[in-house]
Amino acid sequence: MTHEAAHAEGHGHEDHRPSLYDWKRWVYSTNHKDIGTMYLIFAIIAGLIGGALSGLIRWELAAPGVQVFAEGAAITGWLNLDSAHGYNVTVTMHGLIMIFFMVMPAMIGGFGNWFVPLMIGAPDMAFPRMNNISFWLLPASFILALLSMVVPGNGDFPGFGGGWTLYAPLSTSPAHHSGPSMDLLILSLHIAGASSILGAVNFITTIFNMRAPGMTLHRMPLFVWSILVTVWLLVLSLPVLAGALTMLLTDRNFGTQFFNAAGGGDPVMYQHLFWFFGHPEVYILILPAFGMISQIVSTFSRKPVFGYLGMAYAMVAIGVIGFVVWAHHMYTVGMGLDLEAYFIAATMVIAVPTGIKIFSWIATMWGGSIDFKVPMLWAIGFIFLFTVGGVTGVVLANSGVDTSLHDTYYVVAHFHYVLSLGAVFGIFAGFFYWIPKMSGYRYNGFLAGLQFWIMFIGVNIIFFPQHFLGLQAMPRRYIDYPEAFAFWNHISSVGYAITTVGVLVFLITLAEMFIVKRKAGANPWGEGATTLEWTLSSPPPFHQFNELPVIKPDTHH
Amino acid sequence: MSQPPNQKRMAVTAGVVVATVVGMTGLAFAAVPLYDAFCRITGYGGTTQEATAAPSQILDRTIEVRFDSNIAPGLPIEFSPQQISEHLRIGETGLAFYTVRNLSNEPIVARATYNVTPHVAGLYFAKLECFCFQDRLIGPGEEAELPVVFFVDPEIVNDPDTADIGTLTLSYTFFRSTDPAAADTAS
Repeated sequence: MTHEAAHAEGHGHEDHRPSLYDWKRWVYSTNHKDIGTMYLIFAIIAGLIGGALSGLIRWELAAPGVQVFAEGAAITGWLNLDSAHGYNVTVTMHGLIMIFFMVMPAMIGGFGNWFVPLMIGAPDMAFPRMNNISFWLLPASFILALLSMVVPGNGDFPGFGGGWTLYAPLSTSPAHHSGPSMDLLILSLHIAGASSILGAVNFITTIFNMRAPGMTLHRMPLFVWSILVTVWLLVLSLPVLAGALTMLLTDRNFGTQFFNAAGGGDPVMYQHLFWFFGHPEVYILILPAFGMISQIVSTFSRKPVFGYLGMAYAMVAIGVIGFVVWAHHMYTVGMGLDLEAYFIAATMVIAVPTGIKIFSWIATMWGGSIDFKVPMLWAIGFIFLFTVGGVTGVVLANSGVDTSLHDTYYVVAHFHYVLSLGAVFGIFAGFFYWIPKMSGYRYNGFLAGLQFWIMFIGVNIIFFPQHFLGLQAMPRRYIDYPEAFAFWNHISSVGYAITTVGVLVFLITLAEMFIVKRKAGANPWGEGATTLEWTLSSPPPFHQFNELPVIKPDTHH
Repeated sequence: MSQPPNQKRMAVTAGVVVATVVGMTGLAFAAVPLYDAFCRITGYGGTTQEATAAPSQILDRTIEVRFDSNIAPGLPIEFSPQQISEHLRIGETGLAFYTVRNLSNEPIVARATYNVTPHVAGLYFAKLECFCFQDRLIGPGEEAELPVVFFVDPEIVNDPDTADIGTLTLSYTFFRSTDPAAADTAS
């Protein structure tokens, strides 16, 4: 137990919660709930920055011609991003920030830290001090990433503009990115990776060793299962990214030739290494959302999850297959027909466990006493939108189709349907499900519902037309486009404006909740909420489970 | 905590995970030689084969071999094949020449890389002699003839992926040498 110097007045003897305004509480924190809170706040800030960058993209693409990134334009000029290179930097950083500094910290660091120990009946994480390092590495990494946007990258132009995949030779060639920007970005991602790996070690040790008596692996809530699978994917895939990044670094600075064809290297090998990490990474982004959606659908249908074991092992299967499909991101590099056939088949196989999950969610709702509270709205929105993204994924899995659609807006629409609409809807679902537990306050249901509907409409207007643009062969990552693409691009940008209103309503909902301070009981969701966190007060005591709960066979999930 | 968790078990779990991380990092770097070996063995990505002897069997079927040359940006040389294409029987040994000329007043150390398209045919295109993957010093204004001795493996007709191929393209690209030691000797 930690011995905090400051004790706030008025708390019970059991509750050693230090003052909210004691900086040591946060900087030296070893408490899984405080660290989870910091992760969530970090993710919200990073999400607003990454979202603002995507605003610049949509604003630029609202009409043909170059406006927002035109030389001398004030809106991007203050960051010296007023160039086509600046547009590329914006696209690159939007992707990296949303993946590494928004979705991953929110799902794994935020909800994972908060609720894995609570749901398995553990007092805290296995290594609380390591947990502290895991979090604080992240702001350092984020600052390095933001710095990379303002130091010289391509000649005098600041920032790295080669896309979030950092493909060689664009990222290694001195002709394209000679400046220190790319080096800062490599360092940033190394640190973010170290943070995630330390977090993964912590989660695995916690889940395997600190479950309450009677909490067998097959009685763990599905959210805990989803985090367990996710952190194993991190452990297996992030070192490969670290290796590839190190090779980029030495190619750039120390004369190695890993990815330089002139020196006997092969730039395609970078793509293999990157996507060996990159494909599991997209499951890292979505699996925790699967877990949260399972808890929420079960709670608001007042039924246990349909097919619990199938749901758990579907996630394991997705994780395993996720490691053997990476080359479907690179059908166009000229691999043999047999190899393509293998990657097509393996990729399509993933639709099977994913289908098991979708149908099990629907079966959970079937015949249930459904309560359309805000988290349930987000959860159903998730299921719908993720299915749309999954269907376009099966289309893109075909190498023949992909050869034509590769690097078009169809791909952009696909991965935003599964990530921007899938993962982000999952995060909002989890947020509105657990915020009464985390803060102790209930939010205004009307405001939160309003946000859901605005965002649901907004993001669909952004991304659905991008399918049409892609099918008409509009390439991604271009600053400009011919007149023919103007109509749907304009609609897409209007959708962005609507979504921005939704984000504002979200911030208002948050502020209103903390100003009005409606007390939430231990369990605001009623009999459907059966997991252990609802047996504790809201917010939970600073140190919980002094007496470990004992889990009986029929009280799980 | 009424029941402190077993510290030893936790250390073992953490140790296994850390070992996995170290192992995966090692594998990432092991991928470099493995990938290279994979390309050589399978002809993946149009990697051609090296041979020491011509095949014993020569088929009646002919195949066209086209020659292509490329120069990396910023390298002041002239580089071109002396023949656009050659028709030869499958299994027959062919000889082709490229010409390279230094257009500058400085000695240049350059090296060539090559591949074959269609990529699937890389496995069946073998070279007995070539000017690849070695640093080559080209003096100021010097012109050199570079021979390639090659054959198309008769096995090409037995592979369903390559049986239909009637034309192969051999492509060379000259780059400035990236070996700093070689550049020093040149100047």
